[in-house]
Amino acid sequence: MSIKKHPKKVIIFGSGGLRIGQAGEFDYSGSQAIKALKEEGIYTVLINPNIATVQTDDDMADRVYFQPLNVPTVTKILERERPDAVMLSFGGQTALNLGLELYDLGVFKRLAIDVLGTPVPVIKITEDRDLFKKALAEIGTKTARGAVAYDLNEALAAADTIGYPVMLRSGFSLGGLGSGRIDNEAELRQRVGEVMKAVPQVLIEEYLAGWKEVEYEIVRDEGGNTIAVCNMENFDPMGIHTGESIVVAPSQTLTNEKYHHLRQVAITTINHLGIVGECNIQYALNPADGDYRVIEVNARLSRSSALASKATGYPLAFVASKLMLGKRLHELKNSVTGTTSAFYEPALDYIAVKMPRWDLAKLKASDHRIGSEMKSVGEVMAIGRSFPEALQKAVRMLNIGAQGLSIHPYEFADPLDEISRATDRRLFAIYEALKLGKTVVDIHELSQIDTWFLHHIAAIHVMEGRLGSEPLRAGLLRLAKQQGFSDKTIGQIKGSSETQIRKNRLKLGVLPVIKQIDTLAGEFDAETNYLYTTYHGETYDVKPLGKKAVTILGSGPYCIGSSVEFDWCAVNTAKTLAKRGHKTVIINSNPETVSTDFDRSDRLYFEELTLERVQDIADFEQGMGIVVSVGGQIANNLALPLARAKYPILGTPARQIDNAEDRQKFSSMLNRLGVDQPEWQEVTDLKAAKQFARKVGYPLLIRPSYVLSGGAMNVVRTEEELKRYLLEATRLSPDHPVVISRFILNAKELEIDGVAQNGKLLIYAIAEHIENAGVHSGDATVVYPAQRLYLETVRRAKFIARQVVENLNITGPFNIQFIAKDNELKVIECNVRASRSFPFVSKVSGHNFISIATDAMLGIKNDTVYQTLELDHVAVKSPQFSYNRLKGADPVAGVEMASTGEVACFGANLEEAFYTSWLATEQQVVGKNVFISLPDEQKHKFIEEVGLLQADGWKIYTTEGTHDYFERHGVASIKLHKVRDQKEPSVSEAIKDRVFGLMINVPSLAEGNDDAYTIRRLAIDNHVPLLTNAETGRLLLRCLSNPELKHMKPKYWSEYVRGVVVN
Amino acid sequence: MIFNGVVPAGQAGVHTGEVVFNTGMTGYVESLTDPSYAGQILMFTYPLIGNYGVGTQWAESDKIQVSGVIVSEAASRWSHSVADRSLLEWLRSQNIPILMGVDTRALTKHLRVKGTMAGSIGINAIRPKGVLAEQKRVFIESPVLYNEQFSKKVVLVDCGSKKNILRSLLELPVQVKRVPCDYDYTNEAYDGVLLSNGPGDPTDYPATIDNARKALKLGKPTFGICLGSQIMGLAAGAKTYKLKYGHRGHNQPCLETDTTRGFITSQNHGYAIDEASLPKGWFVSFRNLNDQSVEGIAHRTKPFFSVQFHPEACPGPTDTEWLFERFYTSL
Repeated sequence: MSIKKHPKKVIIFGSGGLRIGQAGEFDYSGSQAIKALKEEGIYTVLINPNIATVQTDDDMADRVYFQPLNVPTVTKILERERPDAVMLSFGGQTALNLGLELYDLGVFKRLAIDVLGTPVPVIKITEDRDLFKKALAEIGTKTARGAVAYDLNEALAAADTIGYPVMLRSGFSLGGLGSGRIDNEAELRQRVGEVMKAVPQVLIEEYLAGWKEVEYEIVRDEGGNTIAVCNMENFDPMGIHTGESIVVAPSQTLTNEKYHHLRQVAITTINHLGIVGECNIQYALNPADGDYRVIEVNARLSRSSALASKATGYPLAFVASKLMLGKRLHELKNSVTGTTSAFYEPALDYIAVKMPRWDLAKLKASDHRIGSEMKSVGEVMAIGRSFPEALQKAVRMLNIGAQGLSIHPYEFADPLDEISRATDRRLFAIYEALKLGKTVVDIHELSQIDTWFLHHIAAIHVMEGRLGSEPLRAGLLRLAKQQGFSDKTIGQIKGSSETQIRKNRLKLGVLPVIKQIDTLAGEFDAETNYLYTTYHGETYDVKPLGKKAVTILGSGPYCIGSSVEFDWCAVNTAKTLAKRGHKTVIINSNPETVSTDFDRSDRLYFEELTLERVQDIADFEQGMGIVVSVGGQIANNLALPLARAKYPILGTPARQIDNAEDRQKFSSMLNRLGVDQPEWQEVTDLKAAKQFARKVGYPLLIRPSYVLSGGAMNVVRTEEELKRYLLEATRLSPDHPVVISRFILNAKELEIDGVAQNGKLLIYAIAEHIENAGVHSGDATVVYPAQRLYLETVRRAKFIARQVVENLNITGPFNIQFIAKDNELKVIECNVRASRSFPFVSKVSGHNFISIATDAMLGIKNDTVYQTLELDHVAVKSPQFSYNRLKGADPVAGVEMASTGEVACFGANLEEAFYTSWLATEQQVVGKNVFISLPDEQKHKFIEEVGLLQADGWKIYTTEGTHDYFERHGVASIKLHKVRDQKEPSVSEAIKDRVFGLMINVPSLAEGNDDAYTIRRLAIDNHVPLLTNAETGRLLLRCLSNPELKHMKPKYWSEYVRGVVVN
Repeated sequence: MIFNGVVPAGQAGVHTGEVVFNTGMTGYVESLTDPSYAGQILMFTYPLIGNYGVGTQWAESDKIQVSGVIVSEAASRWSHSVADRSLLEWLRSQNIPILMGVDTRALTKHLRVKGTMAGSIGINAIRPKGVLAEQKRVFIESPVLYNEQFSKKVVLVDCGSKKNILRSLLELPVQVKRVPCDYDYTNEAYDGVLLSNGPGDPTDYPATIDNARKALKLGKPTFGICLGSQIMGLAAGAKTYKLKYGHRGHNQPCLETDTTRGFITSQNHGYAIDEASLPKGWFVSFRNLNDQSVEGIAHRTKPFFSVQFHPEACPGPTDTEWLFERFYTSL
């Protein structure tokens, strides 16, 4: 062994809350790193406030800090822990930037801490556009023509030299933040101004329109041994961020010469830079003459490396960790085959297609065009043995209501426009254009997408035609399945049902086969459990597991409302099942997950979470049952159809799941039980809606049934709004009627997460929201254990929960949401599945709710009495928003969920936990200037807090109304003009000049206000911390004036929670 | 065993050959024209072949060398700026049969378990008669001289050399005399010998081995590639054996034993040198990290070295191009 370094204790930086550009992939990479270090006997400490991750489980790192990833906190932790080394490569851009800051401040040097892996000066070269170009020029590696600019004038000069359009990029950022095509000087002035608020330098480059985008994942050890684990080709040419592109692995249209030329350039470049561990290198490639440019090198694990890892089966993060400890590639084994060397480049015998998952509709008012900035919130990966097979699988995996290319929920006014100026639904626009008679060449000219891809899409269109006109014999059916058509689609084309097509298909013997991903294309025998299905084949690589097997349905793609927490649930379910002696089968389609790591289950199907595919797998495996309650709403929605098709569901009977999901049935049950609920009515026409409105009054909450995260949910305040919104919502969901309910103001919201068995409550946790009712539970700041509830309320909530659990005969996890006002408790909804907050309540209470739920589903008797009401600590879960990525979106939390992730931190009391948690959502308050703007109904609530702040030496800035009110109540403030006044000093100028360390801007419930929107948006675009909720705003102001919070000592998890979490 | 597939319209007859598989994901033009595959039916494990069409400038010899092709899918629509025909058109123009729509993974596993075997492609499944012997073939009739302006002279013994071996040599300031595999060059003036790749069993090349034995006695720098490596081994007195299913792909990891530097290499061989039979004075210079087989031998004191993989790449990775430089400096 050539281990040069022998660190005994290593700290790993996590990535914090999920946000656009930085999602679940870092749970995967961090988890693998911890595993790799532990295997070497190294004591591992993890800093990550993302409580819903697997990496923060108690069987992972030896010590976990749920603490903000900022310089002051992490410095304190480093001083306390005194590790031998740190790892910066497993927590995305957050960890890397934090590490660079600590390095520059001399913290590592002062505490004698080594940075493992790529040396910091090398990381700096890869992050600093200027140094990077120079370093690559030294070895003749080409980068895009352009110049680095440190101010606007330099940027303008550079653009003049190159000529418009130019490409703007920012250094030290993630997800292409602030980058994009710039067509003229005015645009450049505006964008550079914005971007430079966040980063020190920008790059002005030639705009490589129509070039292909290709990337390589490179692994290098300290001895200079270097391999290219995977290459990938983007379906979307340059101009679309790789996180926004459809990506295939391996590359499809590169000749051997080009593939290996770029591979060699990559290896030479990475060797020259001296990277140790893993990195990726991105290229632009001119399809006309083969010329190339290196776009960038990411000297860390990335979204692409997670994808490459899942696409090839090569455990990139695990191997990178070992190499960072000084091991050499040839000393490591290929953990998939177990016999061959880790020093090899995977050979694929399938194609993997990654597709981004957007949620732009939920994030209202944001632009649907996609470009060089990331907007997608998740992704799926499909595996097949032909491009159409994988492509159509991927479309279904997205869970956007599309059954493939031919059946999708979109209407196009002008598909050609959306092809040339790409939107989030360009793929479907292409298909529609083909239907309109456009040719592959037409579409290529508009989009520059390689014709190889387009011809395959055209072939899918031809197949749709054949299905319509020819009888469905075995031959045609097989061809259609090989092209990725689902039974449902074929049924729709044939005027038949999914069930009928399936029946015929089985009769004709047209079945998918199951193939392994073995990293070596079958060259060596591999005991791999990593599987996919395909219709291009005759034989199965594996044998059924049989009765011992339990199938767990995973989360599918991350989107708003379904995120890493469901992956945590799936992983912990598998863990418990394995402990109870069962074989586990996981089905999931999301490459950013830990559940799709090959060693988390006995069998991993990287597959669609559709009725058809789950049936295919269940038919083959012949297991004892399917767990539908831990993967979020996609899995939950399969419960009823699977049960109808006679597949065994573990846990609560599917009929009862439906009784909870179906508002009418659920409401009747509550009425029967005498449990109160906000008045509501199901309506199918506008007339009935108006009648209901007259009865209960505005505001009203509108939502279609069977939705997760309040999709298409909204609050209306007038009849006009009601009319407009109903038409929109009804169109969104024609199969389901719309529910209108009274929107209760000034009420508190609380939730019970729990587990039951045969209708008997086993464990529960009561958490409260800091925000008043009206903020979606996924966007709410949640306190557990509840701190401000009346005992009577708690008792009543528990009583109701027992009744609901009994009546729905729940076995397994559930979640009930309540609204409380004046000691009255109303039930808002009940989910008979694990909720987003399961990892949170588990890790705070010290009892693994998923483990208990799994045992309950297995029928294991459990008489334990759990103490979950009174704990010696408080934890607060805060939402992580990504508004800075979504131009134009209004950053106000409402009934429609908009947060992309969450964090949670502990404290001795509410303020400590809340403040830490808020900071952990990447917030920091600089200076002592606060801007406050409140609607009339909130003004009086802030007097006390504002007074405290002023006493602490803060300057308060306000606009007219708030100013006058404060003045009348003895609080002096500096008055600024509103934006619409167009007078100085104005709020807008002050924001641009970064006067404020914090802004509180609470919108009025009564009316829309453009001015307030402009202020909020300016705050986001100028990177000023912003709060838009009165309750969290007040609490934060209290925290800021509390001197004790300035000297908090970061504590690790087990200092708060002593119990073992996974039993 | 019968593996079902489809053949293009117009393809008649039964075509036989030794069935081998290659795990490379690119480079079908280079592989199909690689003389080492002469007479074999080549199956690609990557399911989508022909995506970027065919440009004859990528060919490694003047014609398609395989006797048949097996794929899962052959692209009917290809895309590339310099290609000028589809894979199917190219195969048809040289009367090379193809079988498409095959479960190539199943066939790969079959070969892995049972070993390389004879097979036939045809509309009616016919059991191939006996085991097909791989055959030595003659690729050039008489010697050809290149780069006569240079004084240093290298003999390229052509047992079925890929074009890129010649190209790699010609990038060096040396004169190259390319000779047929049976040609006796040992009485001529030269500075070094390169024994090329080629098809079949190295023991089927007795004259080539004899000449190599004489050359080794002369002590001039000698470099063997692939079949050339086996011939060097046999000339030195070692033995060769047939691998169960060979090494054919672009991802074969090899460790240089004295530096412990690793390289990803391109390979295409069915035979290997038996390590135990290596005579005194010789050592294993490269080793396969997957199965520990011999990937290169060298003499401890004399300028003889050989590699089982393809430093000239085409197809495959270019990690070991520097071996040509090393050969040159030894001259």
